[in-house]
Amino acid sequence: MKHDDQLRQVPQLRPVRNESGIPIQALYTGSDVEASGGLGLLGVPGAYPFTRGIHALMYRKQPFTMRQYTGFGNAADTNRRFKFLIDNGQTGLNVAFDLPTQCGLDSDDPLADGEIGRVGMAVDTLRDFEIAFDGIDLDKITVSLTINGAAPTLIAMYLALAEKRGFDLKRLRGTAQNDILKEYVGRGTWVFPVLPSIRLVGDTIEYCAEHAPKYSPVSVCGYHMRESGATPTQEMAWAFCIARAYADEVIKRGVPVDEFAGRLSYNFNIFGNLFEQVAKFRAGRSLWAKIMKEQYHAQQPGSMWLRMIAGGGGGGLTLEQPENNIVRGAYYALIAALSGAQTMALCCYDEAYTIPSEYAQRLSLRTMQLLVEEMGLAETVDPLGGSYYIETLTNQMRAEMERIIAQTDAAGGIVKLIAEGTIQSRVSAQAYRMQRAIESGAFPKVGVNRYRSESEADPKVEMHPYRADDARAQIASLQQVRIARDGAAVTRALERVESDARRGVNVMGSVVAAVKAYASVGEITQRLVGVFGRYVEPVRFDHREEEAIA
Amino acid sequence: MTVDKPIRVVLAKPGLDGHDQGAKVVARAMLDAGFDVHYTGLRQTPQQVVDAALRADADVIALSSMAGSHLPFCTRLKPLLEAAGLGGRLWVIGGNLPKQDHDSLRALGFKGVFQSGSRLDDICDFIKANRP
Repeated sequence: MKHDDQLRQVPQLRPVRNESGIPIQALYTGSDVEASGGLGLLGVPGAYPFTRGIHALMYRKQPFTMRQYTGFGNAADTNRRFKFLIDNGQTGLNVAFDLPTQCGLDSDDPLADGEIGRVGMAVDTLRDFEIAFDGIDLDKITVSLTINGAAPTLIAMYLALAEKRGFDLKRLRGTAQNDILKEYVGRGTWVFPVLPSIRLVGDTIEYCAEHAPKYSPVSVCGYHMRESGATPTQEMAWAFCIARAYADEVIKRGVPVDEFAGRLSYNFNIFGNLFEQVAKFRAGRSLWAKIMKEQYHAQQPGSMWLRMIAGGGGGGLTLEQPENNIVRGAYYALIAALSGAQTMALCCYDEAYTIPSEYAQRLSLRTMQLLVEEMGLAETVDPLGGSYYIETLTNQMRAEMERIIAQTDAAGGIVKLIAEGTIQSRVSAQAYRMQRAIESGAFPKVGVNRYRSESEADPKVEMHPYRADDARAQIASLQQVRIARDGAAVTRALERVESDARRGVNVMGSVVAAVKAYASVGEITQRLVGVFGRYVEPVRFDHREEEAIA
Repeated sequence: MTVDKPIRVVLAKPGLDGHDQGAKVVARAMLDAGFDVHYTGLRQTPQQVVDAALRADADVIALSSMAGSHLPFCTRLKPLLEAAGLGGRLWVIGGNLPKQDHDSLRALGFKGVFQSGSRLDDICDFIKANRP
């Protein structure tokens, strides 16, 4: 107590609560661990409840996969960057698609004008996938597709590509983001209304469970909700609520939980307070295991694993003094490594300005490699385990996540709260408060509200060129595919997609057949829109509802 | 005592870009500043922006663009706004706007150009000072 009294007299330079609202003490001891619930859920790595890691040996056996988010221009441009990263030691690929592709539009759609190949690679047909992955060994390099609204079509393309290359789909690994519920909260590449979209996620999970059982058809993203203003505990709690919504959709079709839950994966953010972040991941691992075991009666350990990519950190990076982002990125990578993530990716220092340069991408990759090769992060499992602070915070963060989940359920569940715009309004109110706190200096950001230099020279950032010629070439290449393909077969395949969608049959079989016939992303999406309609965004800026799901 | 009519703003997300955190934060700042804010939501075409501005009889047409398509979009929007008689209204744009594009945006008629990281009060004050 005497120690505490002394500490109370020290002026506080940092907020005394972390972003999740948990009070932070100046010192933690064994009695704090006990008061927060003790070490009953600590266990050992590789065993329930997996607080310390989902595998016994973690990185000692296999370091985290390094998977920078990459894609721009057309498939050939992207293929060159993929090979550059692989040549530099990257162990996985994470594909960025342009906005027309993400929104289910072909490159020759009037709405695609000015957006083709801008923030990712343009994909119209299977032909683009053939070019993008040419010369890349899909057995050695696992591929993650960052696609949501158009996910059924793009997953189908990947499966079709693998099959064409002679892969046994039973052995094919890889991941699709395919988390539509979070798209309504942040990121915004939705196409269909909420309920049919959940059905389509269910279709992909069910189809993969049967045909490509090692493929991960969904990566549930707390990440973008955090970027949109969610706290770290909300990020994880709401991601679990969303994952349960998808699991419920599949289970109601009669698929046993252990047949698909092992291939559910997650995507979480890593910016913010280092200790809060590490505690978030440790807490989340045990909470997800508990949910799967106790609520879903999963039997297989794999069904209880919180498999995740932890990365990005875009929300923590700044436009001001962008070179500071190199250092932030290194700390964020440290957070992800200390947290036992299976896969890591880092936003690049120039990403607030442009599509990252090769130079910036390699720097991010080297940041991750340094942790493994030089800093000892791959040698010992859960190295912060046993710290009074980390264990106390892990217990407190877990309790807070459980409270948020219970409150979300009591308010009608995550699907209802997203469909009516409540979560969106809540996170944007929080983002607004955070922006005000940054502007007032109450929430410190180095180079922004601290150590800012007004007379700074323009940052040395190499702007990625946008070539309108590439967009025209993409349209020309789509038109060539349309001429070369068997038009009658395409029409028949698209009619089957539409009729399966209408009859409530799993659409994946017919979508795979359609992409094999070189039907385009836009053509397939259009058929599905004809059945499901389009999402209409609820626009709300109320403050009242916040209390309901505080 | 005269009471100023609230400034009517149509705040739009042009094109396919789904990054709306910034737009919604700015909308809240404008609401707090007493503006009458009409937020369009995502995926607005140039014509939809014009229609929203006409419906609201907007004093201010504000765009938030994060995904790089600001120049082609604004180039298409300008003649439509002018044809609809909205040339005299205040046009502003914010978001991820590289410095080298600022002059082009101003030349297209966007009097206020706000790079990411702009202060909310600066945006609102600019609008108050430049309202038509």
